Amino acid sequence: MDKQPSDRTEQVETLTPLLAVDDLFCERDERVLFQNLSFRLAEGQVLQIKGGNGSGKTTLLRILCGLNDNYQGLIRWRGELLANCVEKFHDGMLYLGHRVGVSKVLTPRENLLWSGHLHRQISADEMDAALAQVGLQGFEDSQCFTLSAGQHQRVSLARLLLSEARLWVLDEPFTTLDVRGVTFLENLIGQHSDRGGSVLVTTHHALAVDGLTELTLGVGQMPRGSLS
Amino acid sequence: MSAARSTLAGAVVATLRRDLLIAYKRKNDLFNPFMFFVLVATLFPIGISPEPEALGEISAGVLWISALLASLLAMDNLFRADFEDGSLELLMLSPHPLYFLVLAKNIAHWLVSGLPIVLVSPLIAYMLNFPEGAYSTLVLTLLLGTPVLSLLGSIGVALTVGLGSRGLILAVITLPMSVPVLIAGTLTVSQTLEGASLSGYLAIMGAMLVAALTLAPLASAAALRISVN
Repeated sequence: MDKQPSDRTEQVETLTPLLAVDDLFCERDERVLFQNLSFRLAEGQVLQIKGGNGSGKTTLLRILCGLNDNYQGLIRWRGELLANCVEKFHDGMLYLGHRVGVSKVLTPRENLLWSGHLHRQISADEMDAALAQVGLQGFEDSQCFTLSAGQHQRVSLARLLLSEARLWVLDEPFTTLDVRGVTFLENLIGQHSDRGGSVLVTTHHALAVDGLTELTLGVGQMPRGSLS
Repeated sequence: MSAARSTLAGAVVATLRRDLLIAYKRKNDLFNPFMFFVLVATLFPIGISPEPEALGEISAGVLWISALLASLLAMDNLFRADFEDGSLELLMLSPHPLYFLVLAKNIAHWLVSGLPIVLVSPLIAYMLNFPEGAYSTLVLTLLLGTPVLSLLGSIGVALTVGLGSRGLILAVITLPMSVPVLIAGTLTVSQTLEGASLSGYLAIMGAMLVAALTLAPLASAAALRISVN
């Protein structure tokens, strides 16, 4: 019934970038991490953030997802300033950090149940399917301290499968994964992008994803972020 | 996005459930504050005097101080593990208000660290020759007071969770805020023994609880944002 208005809003959404960053400046311990950093992230775009160790990749991601507010500049989510639409933004964004958010005393299933419910209602079947897909079949009910770091990472990958977020913010998601895990995540990123989702990812690994764009953060000598 | 978005109640219940589950699986953390309370309270007769009269006189204060110290000891469990494994970040990036999620964590924490102390207090009180006729008041004040201690402590923990070495700083932040609760709690018990009407004192403690319930999670949430920053 409400087809027309919803069509129109969808059109507007494809016109404004999902995430727009203007003149971002961040300083930590009296060292400028980046300044005049501007870029746009469109729907379906996969943006790899590159830069040496200590160049501020993690800081940038934490700023973009609202965990760090030590910055100057404008960040817009679908054309709205981040500060004005925190709830909508958190609804549409999924962050996977260095610390994967997996409690060691809980089982993968219990961990997922909680982190999933912070965002949406998930059924037991969905959860089992997601755990099987990330290769944790048979480990659903073992406590996480018996699992390896790579398996912890896989638990957090299952969050990607269960999420409906448009934007994935992934901080070094490949570090602990094995070869098959890496291929799996690359495919996952590709599929997400095909469905119109966007991905911000930091990694030192050469990503095999179609239509990949890159943003390089310079260390000191190259403060201007350049989009290639 | 779609209809499948979780409700606030769903997220709060999931958080409560998770924290209770973690407490259940880490039985050490569960019993530490409880054992601490019992140990401290039992040391007083040995240190001061085993005379029933002398004990009876100080028993209310002993119980309250032991409860305060035990709650302080238990506080560190509240956010630390979550901070270290990154769960805290997930909590903060949830679309639901952090206030309610922090409140859920506080409630779970009190259920495993505060409630057992309240429940065992009559037994310890009996051991300390606590004056008859004030048992129910004692339990009631602890029931109203320990959640306040928990909620106030959570502000301190939220502020210090990002620090590498905390040492005594948590106590330095939390204890001054806890003193009014201690005074109100012991005063209520002693006034009962003198035959004064209870309702006024209990109302003050109730007001403290309401104020802590409404304001402390706000402060904790703000402090957590600073700590994670």
